Amino acid sequence: MEFIIYKLIVIAAVFGMTMTIAMYATLAERKFSAFLQDRIGPNRAGPFGLLQPLADGVKFFFKEEFTPAGADKWLFIIAPGIAMTTALMVGAVIPWGDTITIGGTQYLLQITDLDIGLLYVFGVVSLSVYGIMIGGWASNNKYSLLGALRASSQIISYELGMGLSLIGLLLISETLSLRGIVVQQGQSFLGIEGFHWNVFFQPLGFLIFTVCAFAETNRAPFDLPECEAELVAGYHTEYSSMKLGLFLFAEYIHMFTSSAMMAVLFFGGFNFPFMNSLGLPDNVVTIFGHLAMMGKTLFFMFVFIWVRWTLPRFRYDQLMKLGWQILIPLALFNIFVTGIIMLIKG
Amino acid sequence: MVPLTNRAKQVVKKEMTFMEKMYIPAILGGMRITFSHFFKKKRTIQYPEEKREFSPVFRGMHVLKRDEQGRERCTSCGLCAVACPAEAITMTSAERKPGEENLYREEKYAATYEINMLRCIFCGLCEEACPKQAIFLTDRITPSTYTREDLIYDKSILVEPVDSSKRIPVDKRMSSYEVNPDFGK
Repeated sequence: MEFIIYKLIVIAAVFGMTMTIAMYATLAERKFSAFLQDRIGPNRAGPFGLLQPLADGVKFFFKEEFTPAGADKWLFIIAPGIAMTTALMVGAVIPWGDTITIGGTQYLLQITDLDIGLLYVFGVVSLSVYGIMIGGWASNNKYSLLGALRASSQIISYELGMGLSLIGLLLISETLSLRGIVVQQGQSFLGIEGFHWNVFFQPLGFLIFTVCAFAETNRAPFDLPECEAELVAGYHTEYSSMKLGLFLFAEYIHMFTSSAMMAVLFFGGFNFPFMNSLGLPDNVVTIFGHLAMMGKTLFFMFVFIWVRWTLPRFRYDQLMKLGWQILIPLALFNIFVTGIIMLIKG
Repeated sequence: MVPLTNRAKQVVKKEMTFMEKMYIPAILGGMRITFSHFFKKKRTIQYPEEKREFSPVFRGMHVLKRDEQGRERCTSCGLCAVACPAEAITMTSAERKPGEENLYREEKYAATYEINMLRCIFCGLCEEACPKQAIFLTDRITPSTYTREDLIYDKSILVEPVDSSKRIPVDKRMSSYEVNPDFGK
């Protein structure tokens, strides 16, 4: 019973945190894009525009709910739900922190620590393409269909590179559990404890993973599926009201979970330098660790936004060439080199 | 062809080097440039609170001026309506009754005076035509409305208030005519 309550609390906390961060990511996107272009950005709703996401949400709910006459009604309604659900599901295996001890019992700050956490993440991420594909198909609109086709081929192509980029990391860590991967990064490196981050051993893997993550989240410079200029917003052209809101929200949740994955896999997750030598109580270290994890995640979210407002969009053939002819061979090379080094070290 | 300036650059089609093909240094360079703008001074003008100063020759919404004693200057001569290339101005005249000397400066005045702001092209010819210095284009912006009817301005909108503190200043317009000292005489 106690176990169920504790899990429900963690689930509610992770859900609430994901939603809040995704909500404010929309504001951050608009604010930072403004700053990068010498503008101010939204500042009318509340101080510094802090209530803007609420205003946007209310607006979405009050907009007209429109379904095109030729649309497949059920699929049209289900698609945003699929996009949202699959986006939220990744958060279940991400270790948001170490254990907290309350009354002699240890509580893990993670919904569930699957043995095959990484495989689960890949499985769920590949499901996320269905939301886009079904949405584009059900709209019965050529722009939407083209957007959906682009999205599915793009996500399938980059999933390969993404998976291969992590095999080098798996060779080192020898586990698929995300918590296991994070705990291993808590060892000392160069005499600094909690600094054994995988990015120092897998820089190429990190680079490939980052590029693929940008493609998986359909964000610039890989935002061809929505591509305002040629596809009038692609797969969500026909969507309005909160159904559109869910699609946009799912993109920000993807961005959040991808940032969290980068932090977990390559930047030590909840580990931070000198974490155990400061002489702090375990619970305090856990809280700081959680803050470190969130800090890293938010930093990568900033990078997502920063890149979006710096780089132009790829052409479609360039996208495919980058995915198949450059990233996949590079990832294979990375596996090869890692394997040789592992063999030499024994 | 003779180049007009010396800024023309010869385009060379050369193979990119390996470093250039990696794109990563170029991407980082681009990100450095965008980030350098992050803390720069913002160029935004916060419109309703802050307003950009107009040029002295800016021609905006019209005003029908009163003289120093608060009497309407317009004598309904119709020269503005004749001068108007867009035919936006219409008026009807009336004779000043005894006892109305504090309202109208001349014996004849405009009973109604309408400018159709949908037709108006803000050329300022009405202002130049006016022999009584009664109509001016000010630096006020014509507000948008929900109906076309609301954009036909009548005297209730065009004539400036009597209260001397609420008068619409037109000094800028006057000074823009300083090249012609005989203007309006």
